[in-house]
Amino acid sequence: MKYAKIVVLAAFAGLLIYGSTGLPDRGDPDNLMHQERSITNTVVAGSYFIREAYNDANTPNMVTVVLGDYRSIDTFGEQVVVFAAGLICLLILRKYRSI
Amino acid sequence: MLDFLLGHYAYWLTIILLCIGLYGILFKKNLVKKTIGLTILQVSVVLFWVSIGSKWDATVPVRDPGISTAEVANYLNPLPHTLMLTAIVVGVATLGVAFALLIATYNRYKTLDEEEILEQIQ
Amino acid sequence: MRTQFESPIVLLGARLLSPYIMLFGIYVIFHGHYSPGGGFQGGALLASSIILIRIAGGRLVSRLQIKEFFTTPMAAIGVIVYFAAGFISVLYGSYFLDYEALPFPGDLTPAELRYYGILVIEIGIGIAVMAILVMIYDHMARGEDYA
Repeated sequence: MKYAKIVVLAAFAGLLIYGSTGLPDRGDPDNLMHQERSITNTVVAGSYFIREAYNDANTPNMVTVVLGDYRSIDTFGEQVVVFAAGLICLLILRKYRSI
Repeated sequence: MLDFLLGHYAYWLTIILLCIGLYGILFKKNLVKKTIGLTILQVSVVLFWVSIGSKWDATVPVRDPGISTAEVANYLNPLPHTLMLTAIVVGVATLGVAFALLIATYNRYKTLDEEEILEQIQ
Repeated sequence: MRTQFESPIVLLGARLLSPYIMLFGIYVIFHGHYSPGGGFQGGALLASSIILIRIAGGRLVSRLQIKEFFTTPMAAIGVIVYFAAGFISVLYGSYFLDYEALPFPGDLTPAELRYYGILVIEIGIGIAVMAILVMIYDHMARGEDYA
């Protein structure tokens, strides 16, 4: 059983390293996610955020604009998840009255 | 060949970190050590996202009036940073839930070893 | 948590350090428009300053700063501030969480209204994250004795 786990782990690592050889170089400006147009000729989201963030929200920090304006419903969902995690801690560790 | 190594070594380091996390999940019997392995796996995914978001000769995604925003190659891509920013905080909150479950488990069974808990359940 | 002892040096050091961490957390929240920062990071810093007092001083001293039953309503207030910023903009004839219709006083352009809308939701995120991290610590420290 233990050897089967070792074989599975080594095979998974080999598969990931084999897959990573197809990735573009790290930091290459010609990477597809850094272009202005994708291969289906639509606007790439990151390039639009860089170009229009200051005009849309008057804020220099682009990460704040993406977090609070463009993807604000996503951030609202994350905050509800954090709130639910706190409530779960409260409910698990509450002292139950012995009947 | 050297360009290939220099372009890909960061991916391989994060893959090694992910395999260390999987090792902790698969092989360790203590539930606290399994949780530590889960956290290492999550951190490796965060590092991978940050590493694919980098760009040579670019600055941080805060607008500088001296650097033009019309040229996309001047600034980093802000989208991976935003996603990982929320993922880190949610990871901390869910780690709190995991430790709360471990505390409840220890108070019920008086042990954290996986096989002893399975024996007591059956 | 089982054995408690009082150390005046540790308590004095924590009391010296805690207000500066809290001030830096508030700075990170309010300066998040111009530098790296924002609600999540500032909330984590505020929570760290409160948890530092709780670790150093124990339950009796930390009760003077923020009471234990007060964290859950504060987390709910943070979520409600975020939701209200979206819902008020719906009431004033815009989309959900599109801040260009928020009724701020003054004659402001839509870009400046989005600036203040982002500031409001960052404050909501900061309050919620601070209260929830303190809440998780409180229940974990108290739940070690019983469950």
